Amino acid sequence: MGTGGVTWLGTPAFPEAARAALSDTQLRANLHKATSTIRGKRAGAVAELPDWERLRRAGEAIKDDVLAQLDGYLEQLEAAVTARGGVVHWARDADEANAIVLRLAREAGTDEVVKVKSLATDEIELNEALAAGGVPAVETDLAELIVQLGRDRPSHLLVPAIHRNRAEIRDLFRREMPDAPADLSDEPRALAEAARAHLRRKFLSARVAVSGANFAVADTGSIVVVESEGNGRMCLTLPQTLITVMGVEKLVPSWRDLEVFLQLLPRSSTAERMNPYTSIWTGVTPGDGPREFHLVLLDNGRTDTLADAVGRQALRCIRCSACLNVCPVYERTGGQAYGSVYPGPIGAILSPQLLGDFHDEQAASLPYASSLCGACFEVCPVRIDIPEVLVHLRGKAVEAKGSRSPEALAMSALGWVMAGPRRFEAAQRLGGLAGAVGGGTIHRLPWPGSKWTAARDAPAPAREPFRAWWRRTRG
Amino acid sequence: MASGARREVLGRIRAALADRPSPEPVVRDYDTCRAVDDAVGLFAERVADYRATVTWVGAGELPAAIAAALRARSARAMLGPPDLPGDWRVPDVEWHLDEPPLVVERLDSCDGVLTGCAIAISETGTIVLDAGATQGRRVLTLVPDYHLCVVGADQVVVSVPEALARLDPVRPLTFISGPSATSDIELDRVEGVHGPRTLDVLLVPTAGT
Ligand code: SF4
Repeated sequence: MGTGGVTWLGTPAFPEAARAALSDTQLRANLHKATSTIRGKRAGAVAELPDWERLRRAGEAIKDDVLAQLDGYLEQLEAAVTARGGVVHWARDADEANAIVLRLAREAGTDEVVKVKSLATDEIELNEALAAGGVPAVETDLAELIVQLGRDRPSHLLVPAIHRNRAEIRDLFRREMPDAPADLSDEPRALAEAARAHLRRKFLSARVAVSGANFAVADTGSIVVVESEGNGRMCLTLPQTLITVMGVEKLVPSWRDLEVFLQLLPRSSTAERMNPYTSIWTGVTPGDGPREFHLVLLDNGRTDTLADAVGRQALRCIRCSACLNVCPVYERTGGQAYGSVYPGPIGAILSPQLLGDFHDEQAASLPYASSLCGACFEVCPVRIDIPEVLVHLRGKAVEAKGSRSPEALAMSALGWVMAGPRRFEAAQRLGGLAGAVGGGTIHRLPWPGSKWTAARDAPAPAREPFRAWWRRTRG
Repeated sequence: MASGARREVLGRIRAALADRPSPEPVVRDYDTCRAVDDAVGLFAERVADYRATVTWVGAGELPAAIAAALRARSARAMLGPPDLPGDWRVPDVEWHLDEPPLVVERLDSCDGVLTGCAIAISETGTIVLDAGATQGRRVLTLVPDYHLCVVGADQVVVSVPEALARLDPVRPLTFISGPSATSDIELDRVEGVHGPRTLDVLLVPTAGT
């Protein structure tokens, strides 16, 4: 059994990886620029909808309903997809999913597949498995292409190359893209154009495509892919065979539920009213698009996560990346320090649960990659109480290794992550290092961390909303 | 093996839910529609925000508007769905209708495509295609670099929930909000990657005029 790349083999525990990232000033500058831009834009996009909070609550409730009846909804989805000419496959883990995709690609008689960005396939390291099986995958999303050409690791859910600025991307294209113009500029428009020219022939001749899914509608069997560039549409409509890999939790019960998520997702992720392209298809449509459609339903640790009554809320995640963009720890360390395809606050709670092994030092360090400031919860479109889960998982990490002192771990992870000791103290005092999140309830660390939180909590701090503090202190 | 995986995953889910969680019921108290003074005007404004152009066209003026748009974009070879209305096929343009289905090389060699749409959403500046009348299959509006789209004012709804309620989920659907774009470089939206880099919208009083 293999879980694939939920966490990357050989990545040091978070504190050590973060320390290396912190010394990279270019990385920090790139991250600061990108995340501060998107934070402002997101706030604007959200403020436009007067019913935003009600949409969040509906999103939360719909996803909780999915999780509570996941078996029934999956059977419903399977029946609907099958009735419309699709074929459904089930995979217990990464190895099984990879074997299915490799077999289907070979059966389609192709020696290369085109791929549209998908975290689930990154998680199972599908590209590596396909390459080893002699069917290399070509990433077609601009940021994934940047990562692939640079033999790099992703550092953000949505924009895996967020750690690279335009000049670095230009240099990479000049070096690694044989057909890139010699005088390529670092204008984003020119870089996008170079990617277009580079991938055009691949798209027009591809026979097999692999995609992920943002949502699957249980009662109709419809699959939704949300994207910007049109590479998704290319993959979903041009090849004869389409293979979609999705985590078992990516469901919504009914068609109508999309009215909530197609509003929550674009505004939370790219801060747009709507992303440029959303494709929705159901099975196979004769004369329009692929003649064969395969849907691979992936477990790979999700059912274990579901078994944890506190931790299961992480499965509500719609991968918008808003929590990364507001996270003060993420902004300083970047995504790669988390050693996982899922970085940032959501990664800190999802990766260790998917991996399910708190004896793994790296995974066990992730729940400490946070100051528990609560900004992630404030922006999460499906209201995942990330701080609550972090605290819960710290308890599990401590249980797994009795001798580990949670306080020492937390401090070593964060003391120097925050820029200076004085600012760190301010964060504790104002944002509340172990402070309240939402609804005024105080989250305390379970024993033995409770001593530590108690000291920080008394007297209860006059709280300044985190974002206000962040804006004020960051300028 | 395959059915073994199915049985095992479903079994794990049932075991994981042994605590029988009973979540809060879904409350749909969000706005399913919103009163807007000028829904069509708002649509035009929001499409323009994506750097697409919007032109208001009076009844009976559509052929002239199509001809003008194609001239302005120097589009001489155009694609269209099989049921493209005759008066949309303006003269002095080479028209390639998708019947029998055109090979991809042909799609790629044309300058643009002309279609109608299924519905449009004001608040998000979105055009929805459902492969229905005057639209054709999905690749038609994907491969060419230029999309000229006719939207009827009577096809415009205000909100995303209103739009979904009007759509048939099992048709192949494409939601288009501006030209193809990317936010992958420094999280900044720039237009023009793999889909059409130029989107022009002609707004007519009613679809099918
Ligand atoms: S946890 Fe919430 S904010 Fe973070 S990526 Fe998932 S849905 Fe978005």
